Amino acid sequence: MDDALQQLRQRVLAAHSAGTPLRLRGAGTKDFYGERCEGTQLDMRGYSGVVDYEPSELVLTARCGTSLAEIESLLARHGQFLAFEPPAFGGDPTIGGVIAAGLSGPRRVQAGAARDFVLGTVLLCAHGELLHFGGKVIKNVAGFDLSRLLCGSLGILGAITEVSLKVLPLPRLEQTLRFELAESEALALFNRWAGQPLPISATAWHAGEAWVRLSGAPSALSTACRRLGGELLTADAAATLWRSLRDQTHAFFAHASSLWRLSVPSTAAPLAAGDAQLIEWGGALRWCASALPAAELRARAQAVGGSALHWRGGSAGARLHPLTPAVLDIHRRLKAHFDPRGIFNPGRLIAQL
Amino acid sequence: MRAPEFDADESRWSGATAAPTAERTLAVAQALRALLPADCVLSRAEELHPYECDGLAVFRQQPMLVVLPRTEAEVCDVLRACRRLDVPVVARGAGTGLSGGAMPHAAGVVLSLARFNRILELDPLARIARVQPGVRNLAVSEAAAAHGLFYAPDPSSQIACTIGGNVAENSGGVHCLKYGLTLHNVLGLRGCTIDGEPIDLGGRALDSPGLDLLALSIGSEGLLLIVTEVILKLLPKPDLARVVMASFDDVGNAGEAVAAIIAAGIIPSGLEMMDRKATAAVEPFVRAGYDLGAEAILLAESDGTPDEVAEEIAALERVLQARGATAIAVSGSEAERLRFWSGRKNAFPAAGRISPDYYCMDGTIPRNRLGHMLKAIEQMEQQYGLKCMNVFHAGDGNLHPLILFDANRAGEWQRADRFGADILELCVQLGGTITGEHGVGVEKLNSMCVQFSPAERAAFFGVKRAFDPPGLLNPGKAIPTLARCAEYGRMHVRHGQLPHPELPRF
Repeated sequence: MDDALQQLRQRVLAAHSAGTPLRLRGAGTKDFYGERCEGTQLDMRGYSGVVDYEPSELVLTARCGTSLAEIESLLARHGQFLAFEPPAFGGDPTIGGVIAAGLSGPRRVQAGAARDFVLGTVLLCAHGELLHFGGKVIKNVAGFDLSRLLCGSLGILGAITEVSLKVLPLPRLEQTLRFELAESEALALFNRWAGQPLPISATAWHAGEAWVRLSGAPSALSTACRRLGGELLTADAAATLWRSLRDQTHAFFAHASSLWRLSVPSTAAPLAAGDAQLIEWGGALRWCASALPAAELRARAQAVGGSALHWRGGSAGARLHPLTPAVLDIHRRLKAHFDPRGIFNPGRLIAQL
Repeated sequence: MRAPEFDADESRWSGATAAPTAERTLAVAQALRALLPADCVLSRAEELHPYECDGLAVFRQQPMLVVLPRTEAEVCDVLRACRRLDVPVVARGAGTGLSGGAMPHAAGVVLSLARFNRILELDPLARIARVQPGVRNLAVSEAAAAHGLFYAPDPSSQIACTIGGNVAENSGGVHCLKYGLTLHNVLGLRGCTIDGEPIDLGGRALDSPGLDLLALSIGSEGLLLIVTEVILKLLPKPDLARVVMASFDDVGNAGEAVAAIIAAGIIPSGLEMMDRKATAAVEPFVRAGYDLGAEAILLAESDGTPDEVAEEIAALERVLQARGATAIAVSGSEAERLRFWSGRKNAFPAAGRISPDYYCMDGTIPRNRLGHMLKAIEQMEQQYGLKCMNVFHAGDGNLHPLILFDANRAGEWQRADRFGADILELCVQLGGTITGEHGVGVEKLNSMCVQFSPAERAAFFGVKRAFDPPGLLNPGKAIPTLARCAEYGRMHVRHGQLPHPELPRF
């Protein structure tokens, strides 16, 4: 066994036997995200490196501590990329952290979420064993899909030590169109366009401006540009815009002390009139810098079939949208099975776990 | 992840179970008839007979009873009663599954979702369909067509198979290379737990709070919950689709062409391979126009705008030619495109025409090992004295070797079974998996011992227990018990490590 992995294993075994909590951490780019948790820090960066990458297989396998920048530059050299566009939040996250958080960027509607690209994981569990779930192939239904359960689990079930991800060829061309639209007009158009065979790979709206990114074959893009109209952004301006949305370095994100992330059906009517807002994912993701009481925003999101996460600000332990009792029971039993002594990131995802 | 007490508990219902006594059957039937109208509880032998097996008919078992609830409330009532009376429950859709996942339990109830056959809502602007689990796969795309939308996963059985079954198996189809599996096309599920409690996982929004129990439930083979509603993602129908059909005089070259297409940055919407034995079986039956002189043919589909398709087809032709294609044909019309696919989609029935029985495997391997696998299968044909025709979802490395046998000839099924197990073990050894889209069911329990360690299997049981503490939902399927694996343990392969790598395997 690799030394770095052996060290992680020893730390986990010691924590399990003493019943002392660990706080799993990669590069710390998402320290702000989710709930705080107590525990001795377990730095996952020591176990790193791309283990396997065969471009014609469309699969890359890397150890948890591998930096996202390293993976993305390797892929780019072969004309490929991580199509879920994981946010780096202005730093250089580890791939383990990217998958444990399970966050996706602007391409989410067209390409899929982080979890859609997870093919396999290796989990260092509380007993110190390495469990292999999924694999390196796209189609695999042997055993429950634990790889995808771990994606977004924020480390509460164990430490992800290795991931295999599906990768895709880079689009041949990308172009971004800009429109001046009111919120409700933008929502209506985003949804109408999404139902047509157009090569739209991202949409966003903020303060009366809407942006639509097109990705694909040059011929398909020129047809789509003609159909959609709008003003074509320069390649540099477009790249800067989407990077700033993906990493939340856009000015909108800088100012809000209390920021809500509303995950709602894309067709939901405007939810927070009057508050500063940024909309992504064709209307399915709405960022609101709102001072409304938590209960009010949650009720509004829930009324349309969505949920509200207090992304920044808010009271500790109450950031996540509450789970229904039956679903919380399943979470409790999963946690109890995988981490019977509660050593992995206690409270990081859900205050009670 | 040691949970020996649970493993012992699990085997209570997962081992072979004797048929229940007449008193027990009567007591359970009475309890269920108190909850459902008389025609919703079947108990006579002739009524139970059609439920004895699914699409894998070699595994048969008569259930104690069959129930056909009509509403979610009835499903919840049935589950509560079964929990109270300690009765195993096996969910069933159209019964087209190919791994015995819906095979009944001798002491259990089959819960048929046949009456959950309505599309509840189709919202073209939001691009979703909310359907009951008994809705047929193809019916969704048919209903969505009026809005220029379609539901992407298209298993070969799509005329008959149901959405509930697709969710249970995480079904794929010929277009999942580009459009994903059921997992990627389901936004939400509503289901009942064994406690008779309705739960919603996922929904109309893209993200839900907490752990991704939606992803965990898809492909869970009826072991975690009974699905009563599914929210499906619909996609805009591409303007145009065309298929390139290429012939190869060597299966290895065809395999290399598949990798070359992907390496060229092309993701066809479908990429399929059939070997000579498969085309020979299919052609007289379907008249798809396949090149019967070719050792293998590839079908590659491109979809999008007309310009985009023209560019991609040209790129595909260049790659195929460079990789030694001996003939190339491109569909000139929608009718011709469908004809090219019809042969592929009818490969299983064609196998049934040329052989009394066939046994379909479903392993997946890295694409670049296709040639290696085909040669190995050829050797196994000689070793077992049985023919095998090969159809592959080549684009995603998913193999469907069809082993031909005659169940009426002594020993042939046993040979076919061992032949199949050998293919699956080789899949694991080559870095792949024992099942790509058909599920483990009862069929591949032994092979699961090969692919997963005891600790990994204990983790699966932990998941089962988190959803289904009494272990009543489809017990004995999908995950083998420690005892079963110990029995099968005459040969252990773990992550490609054979105990005696120096020995020739075929």
